[in-house]
Amino acid sequence: MKGSGKAKGRGVNRRQFIGNMLKTACGVSLLGMGLGIYSRQASSLPAMAIRPPGALPEEEFLGSCIRCGMCVRDCPYDILKLGQLGSDDVVPGTPYFTARTGPCEMCVDIPCVPACPTNALDHGLTDINEARMGLAVVVDQETCIAFLGLRCEVCFNVCPIRGDAITLDYQHNTRSGKHALFIPVVHSDACTGCGLCEKACILEEAAIKVFPMHLAKGELGKHYRLGWKEKQEAGEALVTPDAEHRYNLPEGVSYDLQGRGLIMDEAGEIPVSSNPLNTLNNSNPLDTLNKGLENQ
Amino acid sequence: MAMKPRPGKEAVAAKGWLKANKWLILRRLSQFGILGLFLLGPLVGVWIVKGNLAYSMTLDFLPLSDPHVLLQAVLAGVEPHKEAIIGVVIVVAVYMLIGGRVFCSWVCPVNLVTDLSCCVRRMLGIRTSTQISRSARYWLLGVTLILPLVTGSIVWEMFNPVSMAFRGLVFGMGMAWVILLGIFLFDIFVAKEGWCGRLCPVGAFYSLLGQKSLVRVVAENRQKCDDCMDCFEVCPEEQVIRPALYGAKQGVGPVILSSNCTNCGRCIDVCAEDVFHFGSRFANQKMNLGSAEDKRKDATVSDAA
Repeated sequence: MKGSGKAKGRGVNRRQFIGNMLKTACGVSLLGMGLGIYSRQASSLPAMAIRPPGALPEEEFLGSCIRCGMCVRDCPYDILKLGQLGSDDVVPGTPYFTARTGPCEMCVDIPCVPACPTNALDHGLTDINEARMGLAVVVDQETCIAFLGLRCEVCFNVCPIRGDAITLDYQHNTRSGKHALFIPVVHSDACTGCGLCEKACILEEAAIKVFPMHLAKGELGKHYRLGWKEKQEAGEALVTPDAEHRYNLPEGVSYDLQGRGLIMDEAGEIPVSSNPLNTLNNSNPLDTLNKGLENQ
Repeated sequence: MAMKPRPGKEAVAAKGWLKANKWLILRRLSQFGILGLFLLGPLVGVWIVKGNLAYSMTLDFLPLSDPHVLLQAVLAGVEPHKEAIIGVVIVVAVYMLIGGRVFCSWVCPVNLVTDLSCCVRRMLGIRTSTQISRSARYWLLGVTLILPLVTGSIVWEMFNPVSMAFRGLVFGMGMAWVILLGIFLFDIFVAKEGWCGRLCPVGAFYSLLGQKSLVRVVAENRQKCDDCMDCFEVCPEEQVIRPALYGAKQGVGPVILSSNCTNCGRCIDVCAEDVFHFGSRFANQKMNLGSAEDKRKDATVSDAA
């Protein structure tokens, strides 16, 4: 590199040259470390900012999105925005939408995805129903008027995959005693997180909201197994063989939990108990029980 | 502090205002023209170019991508799509031909800010003693490339004033203007050419890209130089001029070979003696031959450029 500020001929000796270089290197590395650490802190996504369809998981997304804004330009409904420094807490230059003001209209051809040059929006996504931008959650049962016993169902009706992503659960209205509640229920196996329900919610502040998946979903411990499912898959209990439950009852008596309750053997004669009291009371243990009830 | 006469005064007197500002005007036209093309869509609804400097699509046909941004993405683990790769090949090829740092002086929006700083600095006669090495930018470039490797995230693009400025103008600025204001004040009060000439890793990247570029400023008529120093005064990388302008005795050719020359052409403008011209990097060999015919060829190259 001729002439790019090399020290030769300007009276700088080797010691000074190395010193200057170390100074620069130190300063720049410190700066770099600062940038790296700050970027870690600043890269959490606000709850109401939803990434476009096909967006990789947030951490990978930040490593793939080059902030070009092509998805913003190719969105026919103009819902996408790029994060701006200091005004929306989204990493500057990365795309997002806000469901309450501009939800994803779920275009069949998903034009924002092929516009992405770096696969930050996964080109493998070709069916918009497979998108998982977030998950709608009925966040407030105290204000959602369906829970108050009023007919609304707006979120259910605007849902593009209604009947799968949102269903209505009929419940008894205990307040009036004679009506039904039409309760909206979101199903995570079908909801794309488009946010049309949040946009449509008739309340001042929506009672159904779309959250990023990690905020909306719980997660079982990885070691956790549901015994009944494992049993169903395997056809038998996996840990110990099922032991039939036995009630500790006198001879000649059995118990049917979900049926008739206590059952006396017809011919059963009461054997003499070792306990003299029992012998005194003699007779049928059921009589004893019934007597007790009558006395109360 | 005595005010120096504005550099280029003699040039205006000798060549007329238009000729003494020819490359500056063309440069501004280029900077605003490119910005205008990107703004035509969002402002008027005429979509010639979509995207921004990181990646753009012109007329649904010509992809262009920023090699520095894409390299960071690749280091973070991205496999770019075909369009992005085609785009980067085109951009790299063009800058390798016309000079990497042509990006800095003909495209980059931050150049408008730092040129203004320079102007204010000169008018107010401000001198500063802050020593920031001109090689700091290469260290910083290294940092921008190591960070995605370590964190898996394109960290530099969260802070990059260059992409932030352009994106801000096309997509909405937010508070990014604060960073630009910071650069503006930094260049006036902290260090001369502090950002573009010492720190900016984007410029450092493009300078590496243009190491062997064809188009170069050539001090063709260096024997006519009257040591007015106007070219040093206006040059954002003044260290690049000396070897070419004063190297005759040491046998150094008149071509400004340093890849940190931004090919802005301002030295050509302000020289009353018409010392500098755009030419090719091979002008050195031709000069050595010294035939009049070769000189004429150079002239045609510079016109084409």
